[in-house]
Amino acid sequence: MDSVLSEDPVALKILIAGGFGVGKTTLVGSISEIKPLRTEEVLSDRGIGVDDIDGVEAKTTTTVAMDFGRITIRDGLVVYLFGTPGQERFWFMWDELSHGALGAVVIADTRRLTDCFPSVDYFEQRGTPFVVAVNCFEGAARHTVDDVRIALDLDDDVPVMLCDVRRRNSAKEIMVTLVEHSLRTLTSAN
Amino acid sequence: MSDGPQWFDEEAGPVVRPYALIRGRTRSSGDAFDLVATVRTIGGGPGGGPNGGPGGVGPEQQLILRAARDPISVADLAVELDLPVGVVRVLLGDMRDHGLISVTSPSAGGARSNERILKEVINGLRAL
Repeated sequence: MDSVLSEDPVALKILIAGGFGVGKTTLVGSISEIKPLRTEEVLSDRGIGVDDIDGVEAKTTTTVAMDFGRITIRDGLVVYLFGTPGQERFWFMWDELSHGALGAVVIADTRRLTDCFPSVDYFEQRGTPFVVAVNCFEGAARHTVDDVRIALDLDDDVPVMLCDVRRRNSAKEIMVTLVEHSLRTLTSAN
Repeated sequence: MSDGPQWFDEEAGPVVRPYALIRGRTRSSGDAFDLVATVRTIGGGPGGGPNGGPGGVGPEQQLILRAARDPISVADLAVELDLPVGVVRVLLGDMRDHGLISVTSPSAGGARSNERILKEVINGLRAL
């Protein structure tokens, strides 16, 4: 209780998106302490009656655990990472998550690049700054950054980078690139 | 669950189902709380609050009051209480309506549009 009421803490949101099994959880864990955040939005959003709660054990889709990480930059300045649930049926959650978000990381796997199309589309449409991080899985055919840019039909200013999300330094580089990109987007808009 | 009253065995799971805690509601005035909105206890917390009389706050509300003595995000509260975010939001909505806590929304785009803060974040990330 030694904190005198100073300025309000600043909390920034970064979203981690991409196809199933592409390394979202790994990335969050590489750079922050990871915690499972329970959401039951499906239940509330569909307005299922209270009386239905008793059968809930059988409805595994009613609880969604989201990867949630926190990076404390300093006292009162925190960056929160949210791993977005990949499946399309959870997309309504993205709207809330991306509201006011600083930006997003779309992780791509060149062996199944189409998996990240929906994420790219989504952030382009919403005007959320994003970077594409190509996770270089062992044995995955290496593609150049330019190949990926063309395949995803990205604007020239969207950063594309090769990475290994298991490595902390790689994860750091992704985050720095994203925030720099957000900053550029911001200053060019002004 | 550090210094909270252990009124049930953790292994047994919660005695009361999450949505029973909030009397079956899935909507409240807390609906709009952002995951990273800041929650603060008003007036010293459990025991010191204005609502110590009959029909006062329940165990979950007590835990929230204790956890939010220092500012804490909605998402962090949900993790700390091990409750779904939806449930926490309903509890927070009630508690705010009763003047027990304050909830400050991150101004939409506010921080995003602050160059100084972004530069600080970049430097902070590099220094990790």
